[in-house]
Amino acid sequence: MRIPSAYIHIPFCQQICHYCDFTKFFYTEKQADDYLDALENEMNHYLPEPVQVETIFVGGGTPTILSEAQLRRFLQMVDEHFHISGDMEYTFEANPGDLNSEKIQLLAAYGVNRVSMGVQVFDDAMLEKIGRLHRKKDVYTNIEALLNKDISNISIDLMYALPGQSVHDFEETIDEALAFNLPHYSSYSLQIEPKTVFYQRYKRGELSKPPEEDEAVMYEMLQRKMNDAGLNHYEISNFAAEGYESQHNLTYWNNHFYYGFGAGAHGYLPGKRLINIRPLPAYVKQACENGRPVLHEEPIGRKEMMEEEMFLGLRKAEGVQKAVFQERYNRSMHNVYQEAITSLQNRGLLQEDEVAVRLTSKGKMLGNEVFQAFLIDD
Amino acid sequence: MSSQSKQQRVRNFSIIAHIDHGKSTLADRILEKTKALTQREMKEQFLDAMDLERERGITIKLNAVQLNYLHENGDDYTFHLIDTPGHVDFTYEVSRSLAACEGAVLVVDAAQGIEAQTLANVYLALENDLEIIPVINKIDLPSAEPERIKQEIEDVIGIDASDAILASAKDGVGVDEILERIVTDIPAPAGSPDDPLKALIFDSLYDSYRGVIAYICVREGSIKVGDKIKMMQTGKEFEVNEVGVFRPKPTPLEELNVGDVGYMTASIKNIGDSRVGDTITQVKNPAEEPLPGYKRLNPMVFCGMYPVDASNYNDLRDALERLELNDSSLQYEAETSQALGFGFRCGFLGMLHMEIIQERIEREYGIDLITTAPSVIYQVKTTDDEDIMIDNPSMMPDNQRVNEVQEPFVKATVMVPEDYVGPVMKICERKRGNFMDMQYLDDNRVNIVYEIPLSEIVYDFFDSLKSQTKGYASFDYEMIGYRDSNLVKMDILLNGDTIDALSFIVHRDFAYERGKQIVEKLKDLIPRQQFEVPVQAAIGNKIIARSTIKAIRKNVLSKCYGGDITRKRKLLEKQKEGKKRMKMVGSVEVPQEAFMSVLEINDD
Repeated sequence: MRIPSAYIHIPFCQQICHYCDFTKFFYTEKQADDYLDALENEMNHYLPEPVQVETIFVGGGTPTILSEAQLRRFLQMVDEHFHISGDMEYTFEANPGDLNSEKIQLLAAYGVNRVSMGVQVFDDAMLEKIGRLHRKKDVYTNIEALLNKDISNISIDLMYALPGQSVHDFEETIDEALAFNLPHYSSYSLQIEPKTVFYQRYKRGELSKPPEEDEAVMYEMLQRKMNDAGLNHYEISNFAAEGYESQHNLTYWNNHFYYGFGAGAHGYLPGKRLINIRPLPAYVKQACENGRPVLHEEPIGRKEMMEEEMFLGLRKAEGVQKAVFQERYNRSMHNVYQEAITSLQNRGLLQEDEVAVRLTSKGKMLGNEVFQAFLIDD
Repeated sequence: MSSQSKQQRVRNFSIIAHIDHGKSTLADRILEKTKALTQREMKEQFLDAMDLERERGITIKLNAVQLNYLHENGDDYTFHLIDTPGHVDFTYEVSRSLAACEGAVLVVDAAQGIEAQTLANVYLALENDLEIIPVINKIDLPSAEPERIKQEIEDVIGIDASDAILASAKDGVGVDEILERIVTDIPAPAGSPDDPLKALIFDSLYDSYRGVIAYICVREGSIKVGDKIKMMQTGKEFEVNEVGVFRPKPTPLEELNVGDVGYMTASIKNIGDSRVGDTITQVKNPAEEPLPGYKRLNPMVFCGMYPVDASNYNDLRDALERLELNDSSLQYEAETSQALGFGFRCGFLGMLHMEIIQERIEREYGIDLITTAPSVIYQVKTTDDEDIMIDNPSMMPDNQRVNEVQEPFVKATVMVPEDYVGPVMKICERKRGNFMDMQYLDDNRVNIVYEIPLSEIVYDFFDSLKSQTKGYASFDYEMIGYRDSNLVKMDILLNGDTIDALSFIVHRDFAYERGKQIVEKLKDLIPRQQFEVPVQAAIGNKIIARSTIKAIRKNVLSKCYGGDITRKRKLLEKQKEGKKRMKMVGSVEVPQEAFMSVLEINDD
């Protein structure tokens, strides 16, 4: 079976953001060299021959923190394992400030055609507070540099429900972001996760999130402003101009398979989800030994697939198509989920037509209530 | 050896101690010394075998272990160590185990001295004519004051403590002397091997293969495999399959003789046929009179128990039936609540008893429960001169139909160092107590006596006492009867509907304040729903307090999770699991702890 996507994780950062719970380590040149050795071994193991995929997403951490030489080596490595073409979506995550024109030149030369930037907010005081190193002017410099090298498929990430952030603050951030007139925006709300600086402060009572009401108002405002700017709310946290939806993210929501390479990366292959080892030395050791640095494999049977089809698919504006469900699982959606669908419709959270089921606007606010209902009791 | 001389070398005893004064540790040392357990088998605190007992560090179920003790003079003695629970709620079980003994080892902490509960149990032992061997434990503590404690034992209990044994069970100090004194001080069991069989059932268990396993103590005659026996209370007859003793593992024997303490099975499948407190005799040559049984203690605290999942109703009934088998102080009868569906109204000796039953049902039987706030029994005289008993607040008639209400009062005795007299009196006053008496036990310790409505002490009285006295207060109570009280029923409404399971009874003077506290508390305990939910407290038709649970506004994962779908799934599963532990009451999802919250009073 063909696997349409690949995610590659580069876990290094110059500074660790206070909210981040992804796999990340402080950058040192030596460790990054070792890491690239390990990554190469892992790719050799899974991809002895180059393969064709539709999307590649290089995320982090901060992929652009690699030195120019390392970046070149990495891009070369990807080039050797995948058939890179202009038709595919090849995304690099970047932090504003890390991108100089040499690096951008390099990315473009190897076929990277999309950049996703972790902007978060246009407010230097808030950036400082959440532990980011970049400042708002860096965003302007970088976007200009990218456009100069003809990388115009740019997305930026914005965060809301940050400690001390008012509805008005977020409104200013959205307005400033929209002024770039970019084809894609993602916007995520803060979750305070264990093993982060924020979590420790939160536990000590030194930090609090804005009230649920404010968070709801921020999310509603976000949807309204994006819509006014002609952008389609194609997934809970994502907005795009027609034709610029992130194909890579849609792989996840469409419940399709993907490779996951790198420390702490997640992959989804037929019958199982794989989780890689997170700690760097352990990942490197295992990858160098046998090319298979897997911490855990979660078997995924038909039940799990059906559940995921629903709770991932319903994140999309188009919802889950009944015909697709029927074709994949050889059962009708109604046959499996009649009770859930009816009760969610009665609660005003779900709508249905001949083609698909999808969230109502209220359902978008209370998505978890809907998603839970599609978990099948044992 | 003749059975006569064997009987002379039997000693049946129990250990009386306050929680944490070292009873279990001493029992372990005795088991070690008598080689009942090899070092390898030795788990800490062997007698407390139930998980719950280990976790709480208290003994609930009775255990009876047979031990062999080789005396210096070369004689072999047989000891039966019968364990007793230390908590005030379990006085009933204590009296059961004491009835199987001729003596008791009284363990008192060398630093803390006698506590009120110990006192209660010692009095029970004295009433049963038991020989008491006082032991002052934990003499290794720097704060130990053995001489003062000796004086206290004499002053407070009135027994001679001049030859009290100084011990440190932890280090094994004094254990030999205790064993020696058990031989010399405690009499051998009386009774004749030739008289008709009289064996007291002092506890029992149910085993799905063997039926009822009765813990018995043979007072007269003997019992062996194949004997046809008769339960003197129920009149039911059985044939004995197995008799044996606990060493401490069950060890089958051919016969149990007068003075022996052990177990018996007889394919008794119906648990009602073998009641704790009943006397077993032989069908041939039966005894004329049964042994004095136990006075069945009446439950004092009642609550509703409902399965969260209605399909577990039958499982819950089976669980209660099994638990009642060896705990006849547990009562239950079916009841129905509009809010909670089918369940049971259950009666308990006290709060700890209730919590333990609740936890055993949840753990051992795997049933998720909703427990309503505990209530006492109120006596109501209606305007048409009818007398009714109310053990469920929602059954209280409308206020205009009520002529007078009486509630049970207890005499509460709190023993406390003199520095804490103020805080203790403050708590008692807040709990509607009437001051009765105050006595100095010695230079430092004071006995404070109050009459307090039982309903005020069932919930958090002991906890507040402990927290306000840095753990020094100890407490005991006895029922003194019913008194008139100005009580009213308070109803709680969620989203406009009265929720019967949340109704409670409150003194009129405190009603307004309590109503306000409870609606605030429920507002915080009940999670936001898809719509706004008003929470109201009402007396009759009059709303006296109100708060509002705001509608849920946003609950959707909008964090950047990348390809980590496993984590998304776990989060959704957790949210769904949380919902399952809530009960749909009308249109509102209510968590289990909300039903108990009506009795929690904030101190400030």
